[in-house]
Amino acid sequence: MKKSILSTKQSYIICGLGILALFGAFVGICESGIINSYDKSILMVACIAIIMTTSLNLTIGVLGQLTLGCCGFQAIGAYTAALLSKSIMAAHISMDPVAQFLLCMLAGGVVACIFGVLVGIPALRLRGDYLAIITLGFGEIIRVIIQNLPFAGGMGLSQGQAGQALIGISRLANLYVVFWVTVISVMFLFMFGRSKYGRAVKSIRDDEIAASASGLNTTYLKVLVFAISAFFAGIAGGIFAQYIGSLTPAMSGWLYSINYVIMVVFGGMGSITGSIVSAIGLTILPELLRAFSDYRMLVYSVALVLVMIFRPQGIFGSWEFSLSRLINRIFYPKKKTKSKDMQAKKNAKLETVEDTKEDAHE
Amino acid sequence: MLNNQLILFLSQIFNGLKIGSVYSLVALGYTMVYGIIRLINFAHGDFIMVGSYVLMLITPMLIASGVPAWVAVIPAIIVCVIVGVVVEKAAYKPVRKKGNSMTALITAIAMSLLLENGAQAVFGADYKTIPNILNLPAIKFGALRITGDTLLSIVLGIIIMIGLQLFIKYTRNGKAMRAVAEDKEAATLMGINVDSTITLTFAIGAALAGVASLMYCAAYPQVSPMMGAMLGLKAFVAAVLGGIGSIPGAMIGGIAIGIIESLTTAYIGTITGGIITSAFSDAIVFGILIIVLLVKPTGLMGKNLGEKV
Repeated sequence: MKKSILSTKQSYIICGLGILALFGAFVGICESGIINSYDKSILMVACIAIIMTTSLNLTIGVLGQLTLGCCGFQAIGAYTAALLSKSIMAAHISMDPVAQFLLCMLAGGVVACIFGVLVGIPALRLRGDYLAIITLGFGEIIRVIIQNLPFAGGMGLSQGQAGQALIGISRLANLYVVFWVTVISVMFLFMFGRSKYGRAVKSIRDDEIAASASGLNTTYLKVLVFAISAFFAGIAGGIFAQYIGSLTPAMSGWLYSINYVIMVVFGGMGSITGSIVSAIGLTILPELLRAFSDYRMLVYSVALVLVMIFRPQGIFGSWEFSLSRLINRIFYPKKKTKSKDMQAKKNAKLETVEDTKEDAHE
Repeated sequence: MLNNQLILFLSQIFNGLKIGSVYSLVALGYTMVYGIIRLINFAHGDFIMVGSYVLMLITPMLIASGVPAWVAVIPAIIVCVIVGVVVEKAAYKPVRKKGNSMTALITAIAMSLLLENGAQAVFGADYKTIPNILNLPAIKFGALRITGDTLLSIVLGIIIMIGLQLFIKYTRNGKAMRAVAEDKEAATLMGINVDSTITLTFAIGAALAGVASLMYCAAYPQVSPMMGAMLGLKAFVAAVLGGIGSIPGAMIGGIAIGIIESLTTAYIGTITGGIITSAFSDAIVFGILIIVLLVKPTGLMGKNLGEKV
């Protein structure tokens, strides 16, 4: 067993402090005027991408099933949140903006989750390629349906707008609230991956037949993962709707889903740290390389092939950043590993949830 | 009145046959590759896009020099085969050696994106028109008019299907293909060069895509970088419907999808009283896919393979 200088409680406290420090830094950056409102909007998109990527990582990395329909769930969440927000506005119910934001966002998550179960039960009888195609088809179906629904901007309700967009959603998304939503989502997904259920899901990924022979209810677990993943995709959609203020059915298309799949794959399938880093990186990078935006997907696709050939498990593999492990390393330095940890510290700060459980197992 | 309705119905069927035979040709490529390495070659639809761009570039030259325009299909096939073999050698083969089925699938998606965005970088994102390639006379049965390229598509599709079936059944390479599809390791032990067999499969699939690009461009004379994506997906649905890995299945599936598509586009609005309109036709194709996968995952003509433990 590895020596740890931290008790479970202490490592929780340290992680809490780590998150608070990160929040402090976040507020500091936003308030001090280093960045302008455009940069803030990139941060917001990055938060949405983090939620999407970590939730997708649960299906792709932990369950080991490729889905190409995550944006379908995101669109469901977004449209639910938008329509709820609009009806609250139409009914002249005065609400605290944060409460309304959270309510609409959660509604988006719940509806997406319901659809996740409905789609998951039949779809998860299939696996591998077929599941990928069926979820892709599902995303396209959602797109076509939204396009043709009168109350979702298809024909009416776009308030005189001739196009297909649903517009006029209250833009209530607040960067600090979104930050905490992101933290809670990531924490939940991380803890789920480490829980009894998470370990069971991983065993399905590694060998489904052996897992079901060991008495695991594989169907239930798969649908559970699918539903959780859909829930958070819906949450991300809810934030997106209330941040952008207008929605188009195109957001459900499979090319958008593939964008998130690329993020998960780059970061490392199964690594939440990797998902976060690549979500942030692949959101900011295109902004920095605006001049080359025409070639963005070209570069992505080449990079994706290279990653698949030379490092099929992704950049981070299944490695996770851990603050308490870092502290352990500082007090019990191992040879050669220290410099790597210091480097990793820069990369991923969010991933500070407890680590002692793993230490106990080792 | 009834007669008019009937003629409309029949011409819709023939429209369906026309696009369906294109789907069939594409689905044949999907089905062969899937049959041998269990990989959905997402880039297959984009091979057609590549072929179409070759047609777009070559046809005006041929017309100017007085050669029949359909000869352009030969360079189209050659370029498609080169692209197909390069894609397989450069990307799929190394990934196949190292990764699992998911990494292979992601590579396929990446290759598809690469071809689409590469074409976009070279030719631009907008639609370009292709000069009329096939000038075949239309055949008339009373009031019913069937264009020549529809008939050609159907006949060509049937000839290719029979040819492929014979190739796979009786030639040495065809037998090797079946052996590799059955069991790669055992095939290696029998002295079959698995890699070159797989490459041959890709080459045949890509050549079919080249032919399909001619038929597609004859029917819809315009090209764009993204034209292959939807076409490829629908052809994949066709391959699944027919039973993936089965050559007659791909043919039947393609034609079925084509006819279903054209009939839903024409009639679904009136049947459902305007609730579901023709705008849903893409959704309906995917709905068919979902139903087929749930009810009969092996498709109409597929073999049921048990799970190996």
